[in-house]
Amino acid sequence: MAAIDRSRIRNFCIIAHIDHGKSTLADRIIEKTGLLTSREMQAQVLDNMELERERGITIKAQTVRIIYNAKDGNEYIFNLIDTPGHVDFNYEVSRSLAACDGAILVVDAAQGIEAQTLANVYLALDHDLDVFPVINKIDLPSAEPERVKNEIEDVIGIEAQDAPLISAKNGVGIDEVLEAIVKKIPAPKGDPDNPLQALIFDSVYDSYKGVIVFCRIMEGRVSKGTAIKMMATGATAEVVEVGYFGPGQFIPCEELSAGMVGYLTASIKNVKDTAVGDTVTDLNNPCAEPLPGYKKVNSMVYCGMYPADGAKYPDLRDALEKLKLNDASLNYEPETSVALGFGFRCGFLGLLHLEIIQERLEREYNLDLVTTAPGVIYRVHKTDGEMIELTNPSNLPDPAQIAYMEEPVVSAEIMVTTEFIGPIMQLCQERRGRYVSTEYIEATRALIRYELPLNEIIYDFFDALKSRSRGYASFDYEMKGYEESKLVKLDILINHDEVDALSFIVHADSAYERGRKMCEKLKEEIPRHLFEIPIQAAVGGRIIARETVKAMRKDVLAKCYGGDITRKKKLLEKQKEGKKRMRQIGNVEIPQSAFMSVLKLDDK
Amino acid sequence: MRELSIYIHIPFCVRKCLYCDFLSFPVCDGINYVNQSPHAKNERISSYVNLLKKEICSVSAQYEEYRVVSVFFGGGTPSVLPLGAVSGIMERIGASYHLAKDAEITIEMNPDTVSEDKLREYGVCGVNRLSIGLQSADDEELARIGRIHDYRAFERAYETARRLGFGNINIDLMAALPGQSVADYERSLRTVAALSPEHISAYSLTLEEGTPLYENRESYRFPTEEEDREMYALTGRYLASCGYHRYEISNYAKDGYECRHNKVYWRRGNYAGFGPGAASMVENVRWSDPADMGQYRDYVQSMAARGGEETKREPSDFAPERQILTRQEQMEEYMFLGLRMMCGVDEGEFSLLFGARMEQVYGTVIDKLCADGLLTGERGRLWLTERGIDVSNYVMAQFLFDRV
Repeated sequence: MAAIDRSRIRNFCIIAHIDHGKSTLADRIIEKTGLLTSREMQAQVLDNMELERERGITIKAQTVRIIYNAKDGNEYIFNLIDTPGHVDFNYEVSRSLAACDGAILVVDAAQGIEAQTLANVYLALDHDLDVFPVINKIDLPSAEPERVKNEIEDVIGIEAQDAPLISAKNGVGIDEVLEAIVKKIPAPKGDPDNPLQALIFDSVYDSYKGVIVFCRIMEGRVSKGTAIKMMATGATAEVVEVGYFGPGQFIPCEELSAGMVGYLTASIKNVKDTAVGDTVTDLNNPCAEPLPGYKKVNSMVYCGMYPADGAKYPDLRDALEKLKLNDASLNYEPETSVALGFGFRCGFLGLLHLEIIQERLEREYNLDLVTTAPGVIYRVHKTDGEMIELTNPSNLPDPAQIAYMEEPVVSAEIMVTTEFIGPIMQLCQERRGRYVSTEYIEATRALIRYELPLNEIIYDFFDALKSRSRGYASFDYEMKGYEESKLVKLDILINHDEVDALSFIVHADSAYERGRKMCEKLKEEIPRHLFEIPIQAAVGGRIIARETVKAMRKDVLAKCYGGDITRKKKLLEKQKEGKKRMRQIGNVEIPQSAFMSVLKLDDK
Repeated sequence: MRELSIYIHIPFCVRKCLYCDFLSFPVCDGINYVNQSPHAKNERISSYVNLLKKEICSVSAQYEEYRVVSVFFGGGTPSVLPLGAVSGIMERIGASYHLAKDAEITIEMNPDTVSEDKLREYGVCGVNRLSIGLQSADDEELARIGRIHDYRAFERAYETARRLGFGNINIDLMAALPGQSVADYERSLRTVAALSPEHISAYSLTLEEGTPLYENRESYRFPTEEEDREMYALTGRYLASCGYHRYEISNYAKDGYECRHNKVYWRRGNYAGFGPGAASMVENVRWSDPADMGQYRDYVQSMAARGGEETKREPSDFAPERQILTRQEQMEEYMFLGLRMMCGVDEGEFSLLFGARMEQVYGTVIDKLCADGLLTGERGRLWLTERGIDVSNYVMAQFLFDRV
């Protein structure tokens, strides 16, 4: 291709609430632009990872460059940058948005605006993106496009009357969307002759090419041989290859210049060197300052991960290493538990991120894992003035050395139909929430704002929210900061032995309730033994709850005839096999599942 | 001459009991219960009996070197067979096997399906032991578990059998039935013992998944484990006072009347099973006939047809799965089956069979179980304690080796 006319480039993304049809619309756009035939289309082209497809969410940003022949007779280059769709990946979303010049807002014609829609739109508007709405799922019987249009105008304040009415699923209205992209999304700015200034919005590790950096060129140009520098991490390298994103493949090209979206490789070994949000510049002709908005991503949620089979420890280490190559937001360090042996304390962006990593370890690396209760990072201020960031409850200093503790708090926005305001507020109160405000979006819907301790929402808050609103509530949050809190460590004793892997930090007022539930849950999980087993919850050495697993009274096969021998043996083998999957604590065998089941303590 | 026991499976019942998960079919197809003619019903059974006979004869050459010391007709309900069927089968066994003169020949029966004529036939063809499924002497309890007979029917059958001269009768009794109290059970137990049968099998009901009783388990009050164990202890105590000794976890006999056939299973003797799903173990090779009736038919046909083949094949060659037990598997079975018997396992026999001392193989396990009060022993024998019986699955599982 000859020199690229910047006025014919459109860099955009699609934003939507989960399930409103973002990926489906992306598929249709790619299909319509003709680079792929219908037959080649895998459903949802952009969601590559098996896991993403199963969960119907986008985890890593995917990007594709397509060619569109518009009605004005010109050929346009579209760079569609797909953004992650979950609050855990908020920062990555913001960086992807920063790489765009505009955004398509997809709103479900039946459901209207949801909490995530708002969060993403505001994020897009913060980045000065031109946002135009499309109303999707107009084929649904419950579709109310007019109502939704008004809602968009009232709530978000963007023009919606001429929003394309589409059904991405059925391919209705897609041409209109393509034309709107040309007309409503501005061409990129920037000057190829300025010093190089490129935004990293993602990177992946490839075992042949090293790190592949996804970037948007804001100013200047980059090609093979350019010596580059990452301005935040300070890493330098020489560019080996540049190119753009074909559907499902990397297509090398001569040069990337201002306004373009593409990738570069430079024999970089570690994604840590190419942090999302960092600015790439020319080592020999650097730009004056980096692009705004870079921040170091910190883990918010921690848990212990242990191989179910202790001998698999090296495998787990290798697997984490490999995942880390692609995921700079995953942190881990080795730790040892009396109960679980050798494992790792791992840090994640949020609970979804945790679950994804856990599933990938189990699925792609064939590991059987035991995971301890996820916790947040507490700040422990000691009497001697030292402050430690606590990620593992077992490391809590002696209470006598603690001056006070702080826990992270988030600002949460919950969108709910008015009939459920009561139950939702009750839930937030139960979770130690601090009420901020209620805003009525329209007669039947409201946006409730609360400040909530992060540790109250990391495990089952979302499920509780859904069940108490019959699925109608949607939820988004962002970190607010740390606040002093009355926190204690809850210990669990099984047959009088403290089980370190079951300890967790909890607010003093909830300690009794949580302790009681833990004991009840563990009673269900621990099989009966030949002797009685007390299960106790303790705070600072004081027992606050107790349950007892009664001794096994009877385990006998009354009748055993000839043909039963094989069956009988299978039964005995099952019993024996079951024991293998147990963890031995003192004399007591605890099933692996017990360590996880304690995460599900909600009363519903 | 080596010894062999024969098991004959009769997979028919008038109706399946609500707790049963053994292989059996109703005599009539459920759908056509009303319309099915007695003729069609007999047709079905007699074609099955012919198949059985064919199987018995076609493999007999394999057992040329064996003396048959016991035959057991089990089910299902063997007594649903029409007149002439049992004697027909016995005739084939007599003709093609070396049947020992003193062989123990048992038939299981349901009080409602047996008649004086049938009992007379059994006696004539050599059956010398009857096993009657009573389960409870309480008609309400019987109805709750789906038995088709009442106590009165049982009594009639029992009296008839005695009158005809059967001198070795077992009565099956169940404990821990839905709605049953310890006192209820004790009444059944006393009633049965008062009849003075030579043998009593008394076992706790096991709720098996998939049975109607299991599906409806919420609608009954089942005895607690405490009550179950109380019933068990009561059985041992009371029957001892009546002259019975417990010789296996759930079996009680007067002196000289222990069931030889069942002891073959627990001692790992040779047995050949005939009929769908029937298990065989001969010289440490174990296999089962196909459980599906159609596949069983094909299996028998193909075995019968092999007469003309040059290479001689074992019956197990035709079975869907054949397991040649390794030395380790044999040891495991020796322990967990042997421990079902109150006389337990024998160290000398173990050495003889496996060329290794029990102590070497299982020393650690045995020491631990003895220390926990679950096993005890003296003079080269080892057996379960009372507590060991209660948790015998746990004890037995300890004798399995780790699989790699």
